[in-house]
Amino acid sequence: MKTTDSFARPLVAVTGMGVVTSLGQGKEENWAALTDGKSGIHRITRFPIDHLATTISGMVDFLPESRQGASALTHALADLAADEAIAEADLARGDFDGPLFLASPPVELDWHNRLRLYGESDRSEGWRSLIQQARETREKALFEESQFASIADRLAEKYGTRGLPVTLSTACASGATAIQLGVEAIRRGECDRALAIGSDGSATAEALIRFLLLSALSTQNDNPEKASKPFTKDRDGFVLAEGSAALVLESLESALARGAEVLGIVRGCGEKADDFHRTRSKPDGSPAIAAVEAALSDAGMNADEIDYINAHGTSTPENDKMEHMSLSAVFGERMPTLPISSNKSMIGHTLSAAGAVEAVFSLMTMREGVIPPTINYDNPDPSIALDVVPNTKREAEVATVLSNSFGFGGQNTCLVMAREAG
Amino acid sequence: MNPTDVVITGMGIVSSLGLGPDAHWQALTKKTPVPVLDRERFAPYTVHPLPEIDWSEQIPRRGDQRQMGTWQRLGTYTAGLALDDAGIKADEALCASMDMVVAAGGGERDVDVDQAILDESLSRNDHDVLINEKLTTELRPTLFLSQLSNLLAGNISIVHKVTGSSRTFMGEEGAGVSAIETAAARIRSGQSSHILVGAAFQTEHPDMLLSYELAGHLQRDAWSPVWQRDDEKGGGIITGSGAAFLVLESREHAEERGRDAYAAIGTVLSGRARRQGRAFQEHLDGMLEAFSGNREPILGLSGASGAHAATQAEKAALEGRKIVTRGFSSLTGHLKEAQFPFAVALAALAVHHEASYPAFDMENEKAFDAAPSAALATTIGYNCFEGMGLVVKA
Repeated sequence: MKTTDSFARPLVAVTGMGVVTSLGQGKEENWAALTDGKSGIHRITRFPIDHLATTISGMVDFLPESRQGASALTHALADLAADEAIAEADLARGDFDGPLFLASPPVELDWHNRLRLYGESDRSEGWRSLIQQARETREKALFEESQFASIADRLAEKYGTRGLPVTLSTACASGATAIQLGVEAIRRGECDRALAIGSDGSATAEALIRFLLLSALSTQNDNPEKASKPFTKDRDGFVLAEGSAALVLESLESALARGAEVLGIVRGCGEKADDFHRTRSKPDGSPAIAAVEAALSDAGMNADEIDYINAHGTSTPENDKMEHMSLSAVFGERMPTLPISSNKSMIGHTLSAAGAVEAVFSLMTMREGVIPPTINYDNPDPSIALDVVPNTKREAEVATVLSNSFGFGGQNTCLVMAREAG
Repeated sequence: MNPTDVVITGMGIVSSLGLGPDAHWQALTKKTPVPVLDRERFAPYTVHPLPEIDWSEQIPRRGDQRQMGTWQRLGTYTAGLALDDAGIKADEALCASMDMVVAAGGGERDVDVDQAILDESLSRNDHDVLINEKLTTELRPTLFLSQLSNLLAGNISIVHKVTGSSRTFMGEEGAGVSAIETAAARIRSGQSSHILVGAAFQTEHPDMLLSYELAGHLQRDAWSPVWQRDDEKGGGIITGSGAAFLVLESREHAEERGRDAYAAIGTVLSGRARRQGRAFQEHLDGMLEAFSGNREPILGLSGASGAHAATQAEKAALEGRKIVTRGFSSLTGHLKEAQFPFAVALAALAVHHEASYPAFDMENEKAFDAAPSAALATTIGYNCFEGMGLVVKA
């Protein structure tokens, strides 16, 4: 079998995958719910909802760490996904021997800890007292919570990844960027395999409030599982969510040599930054178009070779409109009939994890020959003519997928994945 | 000489010592360079503050300036200096195809809102409701964006039109190491032709000191050179505000557009050593071995933080390899994510000027009289991760 692509670079296979979302822990549970059209969106119980315009989310509430703060939960989510992926890849848990790329949210000292430290301080000098108390208390856990390197450092220790682990953020494209960094490292011949993880357990009250202030969230609280409705006329924002996914990326050559099962191929990655606005995308969609085209060209493929699109599909008025416009520019007349669905209709927007979570679901779509639906598609937006695989899963031969990730700060990253190497 | 050699064709650096490479070269090659210190504002901590900056020089639109906190302004400003220096800033096509890797922490929180919550928490028990109440009514939307790690890169895209790609690495000094290492690797392998890479750190905010002091890492009450920090006075780090951005290009790309380079980037190594006892120093020594070669002595630009254990191990390892070291944190303070890019920039200036810096600490740094044809940039994280890179003649 040929193990290089049309540019003579090593082909990059996926040999292990793990995932956690509000739908459950592990691929099996997630896939069953996802293809069943089940929503993981539910009422917020982790903190009081007084004064909040949004009272629903796709938080992961079933883990022991779910109430221990953003850092502990992000770590736990990453760990669970990595464990599942490495087990599937049939690699030794403590000796991964390839680099780690972790997409995770920015960290800071949790409000509960900040308030506790201040309460314990002499409080006579405001923030000075807080810093003094921090110094005197010197709690390792609080320090680690405030360090951006901590989570990756712990994962690197546990899984025996090689060298300095990279923690990254490209906002809502982070998970896809982690995969891209792994693919690039393998193509450069620096390693035979890389561990790419996207993890986000940062749905705190403050995070929710910040996104509310940007008018980014759905406030359709009455029926939580109906709130995320990408591409519909009455979509009004995304649903904040948590989750994680891990992928063992491996040169096809290495995967074949050790007899690993190849779950799919990452054929191409493309990105393009937007210089228009901090939260809005350029009205002509040119950066998103350029990102899709860059991914196709990196994959050495034409637009007509894509069988299915895993949409960014956040359910915000702007994203879905822009995504439709950009894809129409690339796929032309084919677009209204090319299947495209949004996993976010069921799991919400898992932010830093989304690109990785949706890459795992894209690969499963190809393997299982089943396209998960876009649920809550009851009132289509007439200006967005798409085959969103409405409400019910569809059996289909899918050999290639385009997965989109578009984020605040002008981040646009797209992945092209294929079922087979050929 | 190879068409995919990684050369430095633009440099923007800012610290308490001034703005840009020339100001830094002047300040740092004075017979006895003097640090700029602010001992009052954050007492008992000393910081190296930002110099006066006219943001409009690199961020012409007031609207853009208002959307950022000082950290993002500093980074965007310094990135602009680097692009200017490389002759790329006005070239729309070059900016649009330029890749970008930024090493970032977080931006500044709203001190007043946070303090209001802290104050009111003393008289209420429903802290979670208090947080909702205060943040919902008092937080400004723009402030959230100015806190987001990837929005420094986002602002650079908006202000300077660098849009080929945009990636933000996080993780204190290690993020700066990975940013340079990855950028160089991408150019060397042909994955990129020109990249803007760098970081900024704005220490003049209580939270920026808090994150160090959660582990007691800062020195209190007095300034001293980085190799002479006193463990009676705390953890040894004195911080500074500053930034460093570099324009890296393939040799071929730079030559095609007729640009001279300051220097070239040779081998870059990164690591994640277990930091226990002598094993750590041995690990650093192992990394240094890759650079020992025949060139002796070699000039080292060390980003040592002052944190006792890491700094002592680094000092011993560098001395063991006879590297003549300049610990620039003595004069700039610890610049966190920007530490390694700054070290590489100073190393490149020495190679470019074919001259060394005088000792920044007469008691601990030896004279270096030769014209350096190479200089080693090192950054050993105060808590974790290590990086080293050789800068050579272009």
